[in-house]
Amino acid sequence: MRALALSRVAIYLVLIAFALYFLMPIYVLVVTGLKPFSDVSFIDMWHPPRSLYLGSFATAWPLVSANFWNSFRITVPAALISSLIGSMNGYIFAKWRFRYSNLLFMLVLFGIFLPYQGILIPLVQILQKVGLYGSIPGLIFVHCVFGMPITALIFRSYFATVPDEMVDAAKIDGAGFFGIYRWIMLPLSMPAFAVALIWQFTTIWNDFLLGVVVLSNPALAPITVAVNNLAGSFFVQWNVQMAGAVIAAAPTIAVYLLLGRLFMRGLLAGALKG
Amino acid sequence: MPASVPDSTRARAQAGGGAIPAPVAARRAPWSWLRNDNFWAIAVLSPSLVAVAIFIYAFILWTIYISLVGWNDIVPNYEFVGLRNFQRLSQNPRYLIDLANTAKFTVLFMAQCIGFGFLLAVLLDQRIKGESIFRTIYIFPFAISAIVTGVAWRWLMYPNSGINLLFDSVGLGILKNSWFADPNIGIMAVSIPAAWQMTGYTMALYLAGLRGISQELREAAKIDGASGWQFYRYIAVPLVTPVTLTVFVILGVISLRLFDLTAAMTSSGPAFADDTPAFFMFQATFQKNNFSQGASIAVTMLILAAGLIIPYLRSIHLEAQR
Repeated sequence: MRALALSRVAIYLVLIAFALYFLMPIYVLVVTGLKPFSDVSFIDMWHPPRSLYLGSFATAWPLVSANFWNSFRITVPAALISSLIGSMNGYIFAKWRFRYSNLLFMLVLFGIFLPYQGILIPLVQILQKVGLYGSIPGLIFVHCVFGMPITALIFRSYFATVPDEMVDAAKIDGAGFFGIYRWIMLPLSMPAFAVALIWQFTTIWNDFLLGVVVLSNPALAPITVAVNNLAGSFFVQWNVQMAGAVIAAAPTIAVYLLLGRLFMRGLLAGALKG
Repeated sequence: MPASVPDSTRARAQAGGGAIPAPVAARRAPWSWLRNDNFWAIAVLSPSLVAVAIFIYAFILWTIYISLVGWNDIVPNYEFVGLRNFQRLSQNPRYLIDLANTAKFTVLFMAQCIGFGFLLAVLLDQRIKGESIFRTIYIFPFAISAIVTGVAWRWLMYPNSGINLLFDSVGLGILKNSWFADPNIGIMAVSIPAAWQMTGYTMALYLAGLRGISQELREAAKIDGASGWQFYRYIAVPLVTPVTLTVFVILGVISLRLFDLTAAMTSSGPAFADDTPAFFMFQATFQKNNFSQGASIAVTMLILAAGLIIPYLRSIHLEAQR
């Protein structure tokens, strides 16, 4: 009995140690962001700030605010459009099997894992040709194209759980392809929409590679590009870099903390389960 | 009256509407609306399929083509040079370092994610009080961008700061090192923040796998006298093998793509100790205008990725057909 209690204590100690490990970098970011430059030193890195100093954030905000809003202007439409397209495609792949539809679905899924380096050169060439290179609509379009495979997967997994009998019943009642989507699938799929939207919001907000390649113009770039530029600059103080990083992370952390359960579902769907 | 459709449908479905196959067959034959619906399904799907065909498959072919021409200047040059770019790449010391870096990174990154991820999943499977709080903390690095992660860890891995201070304070000063700034450690240090981001994710997948093991099986193991650890060793580990395969593929692809994190932390590092194929490709292509060189690096990345992804997708495909 005592051995059992002891092993329970050991389990909790390990769990708590890992929790501290996962929180450690965030502690450093926030604490350093709350210090004035005079208090920032290598040796005192772990010390909490002496007082609540918001000056670093006040300095960082004008440096990244334009990019912060750029990220919203990129992320929100791209997440909405890719989720909408993904819901249609997921519905078709789940409920309108045709010859080779499974094979086509696999070819679409390849896009989830594709190393984007393999398509960046033609991507830039085409976007330049059609005049979308270096523009926010261009980056939105790119995120919609490369976001569709994962949203289609999320919706297909979800719609697969809708019984085929419901679809058959709707057909008998005279509903067709669009009717079934409009009157059965769409109303049922709000949870899947939430999952897909959260997933896409997080992925697109956190994207760096596509942003830096398609939209490297500092005035239009997303926040990840701006924070990376801050971090690479020798003229920007550490505390300001940290504050900028906290600003960049805040929206996705907020989404995660508020809607964690839906985030988890997206995470599992993204691993091709079910 | 289209509005009447959903209500009756729902009613039927709720009434366990499975028992209605006969009239379907009877009504399918006279009208061709089914074929019509299939037409609409394909019509709605085709723009996406065309986009995938162009933006993924045609672009891959175009990248392969670029890797076979001599476009290593700002002005496009489509003169066919065969495998010359690949031959040069195979003799490029930076590229060889990058391949070795990818191998080292992949091994350490996977070992941390899978080792710690599985351990945490097993521990959280022990009816833990506050499980959801632990889970929330473990997974949340996954919600943060690699750029922010890199900014934080760059500071944590500063030689006379961060983690080294912690080592000092607990008497482990012997472990102090320069992390990614040490050419002998380099990319191996980068695997730590990368695993910091993905361990919780790995844990979540394993936890879902463990929760999928039926209660009966757990009871049966207990009755047969299996201890807790024997249950995990001989029953749970084999049963979560599919999860391990999934994790292996996802983490492998992440290792191949590694770019954001090193960009934010160190760029190439001393003597390319932190360099990756993805970073080399980016610099060659978009900073030095060596497009064909960049394309040839990209093609090697695609080949390595395809070696992981295609068998995986095939196994899913075969399973779905069964």
